[in-house]
Amino acid sequence: MRATSTKAPAKPPAAKRAKASAPPVTRVAGKPAASRVRPHESGASARADAIDRAAAAQPATTVSIRPVRPSDLAQVIAIDSIVTGLEKADYWRTIHRRYGDAERAGRRFLVAEANGSVAGFVIGEVRDWEFGSPPCGWVFAIDVHPQFRLAGLGTRLVGAMADWFRREGVDTMRTILARDNTLILSFFRSLGMTTGPFIPLEIDLQGADFFPIGRDRAP
Amino acid sequence: MRLQKNTLLALYSVLEFAFDPTRHISASEIAHKYDVSPHHLAKVLSELARSGYVESVRGVGGGYRFAANARRVTLMDIILLFEDFAPAGADRREPGESTPVGQALASVMHEIDEIAKATLSSITLATMLQWIERNRQTRPVRRPAARSAARGKAGDATEEAA
Repeated sequence: MRATSTKAPAKPPAAKRAKASAPPVTRVAGKPAASRVRPHESGASARADAIDRAAAAQPATTVSIRPVRPSDLAQVIAIDSIVTGLEKADYWRTIHRRYGDAERAGRRFLVAEANGSVAGFVIGEVRDWEFGSPPCGWVFAIDVHPQFRLAGLGTRLVGAMADWFRREGVDTMRTILARDNTLILSFFRSLGMTTGPFIPLEIDLQGADFFPIGRDRAP
Repeated sequence: MRLQKNTLLALYSVLEFAFDPTRHISASEIAHKYDVSPHHLAKVLSELARSGYVESVRGVGGGYRFAANARRVTLMDIILLFEDFAPAGADRREPGESTPVGQALASVMHEIDEIAKATLSSITLATMLQWIERNRQTRPVRRPAARSAARGKAGDATEEAA
């Protein structure tokens, strides 16, 4: 990354000039002064703060982590729908068939139950020698109902999955995320996860003729 | 990737403050610890205060203290106060950058930039504090002794990080 320039010191915000005790504000790069916000109220941080407030409003709960049951599926679909904004019932039924059987070797689908309801879930799988990697545990789905965030459920879910991976004999836990998903990236980072030794690569097969994969090249 | 000196000073400082939000730390204490000019550091702290990440405390024992939420502030938030990662405007581009070779190289650099930005945007000060604590427990870091000696400081040759 190259720093193209150093910013010139900016004038204090008008509100701060007017009143020393005004709330602190900061600039968001590339945005006009009108969109200035508190440091912790921009983008994903604003969502996270909304979740903070929702979590603070929740009464104390009793939480347990356990394998998924068929009767949990509707709540799992609902949580995913709330978090992603997209209901994918068929997908989750398929996932439940593949991963919901606790006896099935190498696969685990856990839920966090809070006060008798499903408040979150995590799905993982041990994969052997995929991409040349020694056996490792993949976390490929995790969701926590927004009402229960910041109560440590995500940490407990990942912790339970990590314990299971250890019992399965693997030393590495791995996941993959969209790089603009800063909220969940920050969550995994807070658990100590760092960038791994693999780099995902992709190409747009419809639009890219830069390297015409699978097409005859002109002689 | 290389951050400018002001940016590094801001990161050092904000992490020092975030480590104990109740503690007032003087600019001179940080300047001494990181072996920098107090005058230079004062400008950086002033910008951090202006942006609301720290607040100044007047009087005896005064200085600055942390004023934000360490779980919500990322390294990128601090870096963007001092650096501009926007693409260079046409007036600042090197002549070679518009050639096919230059454009191909720019694509590679863009990939690197995007990964760096995602990394910096996903690491909060709270996560950094965990790493720092781990380093304190496991790895004493050697201070740049040569520079300290050149400035006539006896100081400890070894000092824990941050």
